[in-house]
Amino acid sequence: MTHDWLDNDAGPVVRPYAMTQGRVAPADCDFDLVAFVVATVPDMPPGQHLQPEHHAIVAAAWEPISVVELASQLDLALGVVRVLLGDLRSAGLISLYEPPAASQPHDVDVLKAVVNGLRAL
Amino acid sequence: MDSVRSDRNGSSRIPVALKILIAGGFGAGKTTMVGSVSEIRPLQTEEILTGAEGADDVSGVEGKTTTTVTMDFGRITITDDLQLYLFGTPGQDRFWFLWDELSQGALGAVVLADTRRLADCFPSIDYFEQRGTPFVVAVNCFDEQHRFAPEAVARALDLDPGVPVVLFDARDQVAARNVLIELVEYVARRQLTAAGRR
Repeated sequence: MTHDWLDNDAGPVVRPYAMTQGRVAPADCDFDLVAFVVATVPDMPPGQHLQPEHHAIVAAAWEPISVVELASQLDLALGVVRVLLGDLRSAGLISLYEPPAASQPHDVDVLKAVVNGLRAL
Repeated sequence: MDSVRSDRNGSSRIPVALKILIAGGFGAGKTTMVGSVSEIRPLQTEEILTGAEGADDVSGVEGKTTTTVTMDFGRITITDDLQLYLFGTPGQDRFWFLWDELSQGALGAVVLADTRRLADCFPSIDYFEQRGTPFVVAVNCFDEQHRFAPEAVARALDLDPGVPVVLFDARDQVAARNVLIELVEYVARRQLTAAGRR
């Protein structure tokens, strides 16, 4: 079915939080922007009451992927992705790897590697 | 991970990701800079409606707490295990809450300055100074523009001694990359000094 009046400029047809049943905060903790997500299963087990977006996340997270990258790739709002990730984590379908604590200083060797990497660009 | 499935590539190690914020006033070249050094993509985030302070009438939609805002983000892959994320911070003051999350654990920030409207970058500088986030000031030099010496810009902005000021063209990939190198080297210098004091 095509609609003449629907295109990219018109914006999404489904409001962002419809996918989360109106929930705006994940069930447990927050997910850092640069936390990495990895799917624990290649395919979703049947019988789970999950949305197409949940499936899309699991598929995209087969290789480790950051939260921000997921949001951008799937064209979902960051908050929506976080709620869905909360569901998936509760269901044991993803593992989450948080970045080191913000209070920790950055490793000087890592900084050197970044400088060298940038020089090589 | 002790995955026994073979279709997952390699060992699936979790990369280290570092955040760098690109801040500055409206039109200072944030989007241009993120785009010139990385593959830029839009990211939908949220703006929290505060209701009481907002000009918009929220009666009837009291249950609606958020609305989406798009910001720029880019990724530079240094190695398979090391990724650099650039975030163009949303310009308007009402998005400050997004900055808090962005600056959490960030490596540092680049404050873009436009010498025609130097005051536009004051809020960014104040913000990073207060949070103790290391930053460099990068003066985006548009072609026809009068150039100022970096020292003059540092004085005009009343920067702490040691805060690097560089002149560059945000459209130039090498120049933009050099600004990032300047920032990372500055962060490393600060870290070594801090370690020496301990």
